[in-house]
Amino acid sequence: MAKLTMVQALNLALRQEMEKDDRVMLLGEDVGVDGGVFRVTDGLIDIFGAERVIDTPLAESGIVGAAIGMAVYGLRPVCEIQFSGFTYFNFHQLESHAARLRHRSQGKYHVPMVLRAPYGGGVRALEHHSESREVYYAHTPGLKMVIPSGPRNSRALMVSAIRDPDPVIFFEPKALYRAFREEVPEEEETLPLGVPVKVREGGDVTLVAYGAMIPLSLDAAEVLKAKHGIEVEVFDLLTLSPLDDTLITESVRKTGHAVVVHEAHRSFGPGAEIMARLMEEAFFYLEAPVKRVTGYDIVYPLFAREKAYMPNAMRIVRAVRETLAS
Amino acid sequence: MPKKPLLFTHQLEYLSILDENGNVDQTLEPELPEDFLLKLYRYMLFGRRFDERMLNLQRQGRIGTFPPLTGQEASQLGAAAALKPSDWMAPAFREGLAEIWRGKSMENTILYYAGYDEGGAVEEDRNDLPLAIPVSSQTLHAVGIAMAMKYRQTPDVAMTFFGDGATSEGDFHEALNFAGVFQAPVIFVCQNNQWAISTPLSKQTRSETIAQKAIGYGFPGVQVDGNDILAVYSASAQAIERARSGEGPTLIECLTYRMGLHTTADDPTKYRNNEDVKVWESRDPIRRFQTYLLNKGVLAEEKTQQYEEEIKAEIQGGVERSEKLMNELGAPEDMFAHQYAELSPHLLRQREEMLEQWRLDQKEEKNG
Repeated sequence: MAKLTMVQALNLALRQEMEKDDRVMLLGEDVGVDGGVFRVTDGLIDIFGAERVIDTPLAESGIVGAAIGMAVYGLRPVCEIQFSGFTYFNFHQLESHAARLRHRSQGKYHVPMVLRAPYGGGVRALEHHSESREVYYAHTPGLKMVIPSGPRNSRALMVSAIRDPDPVIFFEPKALYRAFREEVPEEEETLPLGVPVKVREGGDVTLVAYGAMIPLSLDAAEVLKAKHGIEVEVFDLLTLSPLDDTLITESVRKTGHAVVVHEAHRSFGPGAEIMARLMEEAFFYLEAPVKRVTGYDIVYPLFAREKAYMPNAMRIVRAVRETLAS
Repeated sequence: MPKKPLLFTHQLEYLSILDENGNVDQTLEPELPEDFLLKLYRYMLFGRRFDERMLNLQRQGRIGTFPPLTGQEASQLGAAAALKPSDWMAPAFREGLAEIWRGKSMENTILYYAGYDEGGAVEEDRNDLPLAIPVSSQTLHAVGIAMAMKYRQTPDVAMTFFGDGATSEGDFHEALNFAGVFQAPVIFVCQNNQWAISTPLSKQTRSETIAQKAIGYGFPGVQVDGNDILAVYSASAQAIERARSGEGPTLIECLTYRMGLHTTADDPTKYRNNEDVKVWESRDPIRRFQTYLLNKGVLAEEKTQQYEEEIKAEIQGGVERSEKLMNELGAPEDMFAHQYAELSPHLLRQREEMLEQWRLDQKEEKNG
């Protein structure tokens, strides 16, 4: 097994799916000759040609609208939007058509496309390059919303996303693109969409996170164990929509305590939905209010102040200790 | 660094074959089989009568909001009739006649406007997208379909319809730009009916024509008399031929007029005067085509009467069948169908919840 970064693992997923299935196409700004601004599609144009790795004009709605047409025709387009902060240009194509064509045509057509976009902060970027607005897509019926947290699961989820018969919004935590390497098998590996995974076992408190918050949450869990003897059970959502709360609810029934972590804004964020599900499914097992460690409800600051905005392991440790103390 | 003129040599064609009195320019007259001409005429007549009946059904509360197409029969049918069944069509929302020509059932059309999702179904052998309401958004789908056709090396083309208002939307420009860059086999058919609800063409654009916008994207545009079905058909057939032979996209601007309401929720007396409408009445697409066919000896007076009677009965049959279907449809859980390939456990639970709530609602309503 090779040790790959997330960028390399995603590249592997795209390459292997394109080798296996000539319906799989890539399109986006600078995805061909340049290999994508983060190099996720590096080298693919050399293998598959400009017919299948399409450098498009600079127009996000155009990219997604054309991908919808391709998908309806029977191809499996994977489009890259250079940063999630520019997906608003194409939002109406996703909401008005990708999400609805199956229903509108009463099953005649479906839109098996993937929209890839780097999201999230902590990389000292320009304005519009650090946001975490996955709830827009998770809130939209007809779409699936997937966010990996490491090289190995990003590869497995990407393969599943490409093969999924419905449109998948695939946000890649850009802070993790090259943050660490993992063993990624050359052989095919998939992960089911819509199923969270337990990434750490523990009996004292349930911690729910996803994407770039997973390494922080695991760091926090280590500190909590080492310094405070607290055993944290950590769940990685992997898919925000459809959200399956079964494992999380079960865990909270055991621990009686929960903390949700995301860099997305707090109000109406993924944490709000998870807390609501816990109220519905595990209210009588809760021993303390559920806590949220999140981005604040403000415009994402330019990077001189982003450290104070972004959740970190220390904030998570404090939140866990507070919920256990209350 | 001198200033120097950059000369553009582009020019546009305007095409009209049949004038408003039904006189034909024989040098431009397309050679079409008589049965095809009669079929076109019969469909145009059907379109007009179906429109009238739908308006009627709406006023009686039997269907919901509906966008009438009267006046635009030639500009949509002339274009769609030039397609082959294996070609694709991406309509906006006023192309009901083009859709029926392509094989959409009257029942589905009525069901859709009566509020049944089932009416959106696309028949098995019809390669068309369902109607699209967000203005101009469908133009990009046609481009994507055409790009996929090119990749698959099929000899097919995609045709998309939109109005004059749509040319102000970003998606229209992105679609034309993509089509030009990728030389996609796509035909853009603008139904320039002069009005986007209350906004006249003069407030959509300072361009003298819509056709000229194609020049900026590197492919030809043509303006046609949209009330002249022979002109619309000829321009479309030529554009389709170009696209099929790998020469890329064309923009066709059909000059026509929305004789009726934007939708049944609209009141045009608020924003346009009747004089203009009268002028366009004299340019009616059906009357002039009828005159042409009568003069040509293809159509006889008795035949038009026969068509009228047949169409009346067909529409009555369609209305009756659709209303019968409405009584059979309507199970509330069907709203959960075709959301995803598979419903997640969460959605399955919501469907159960909806059914239980619906049952309780009905019980309460029954008990007052």
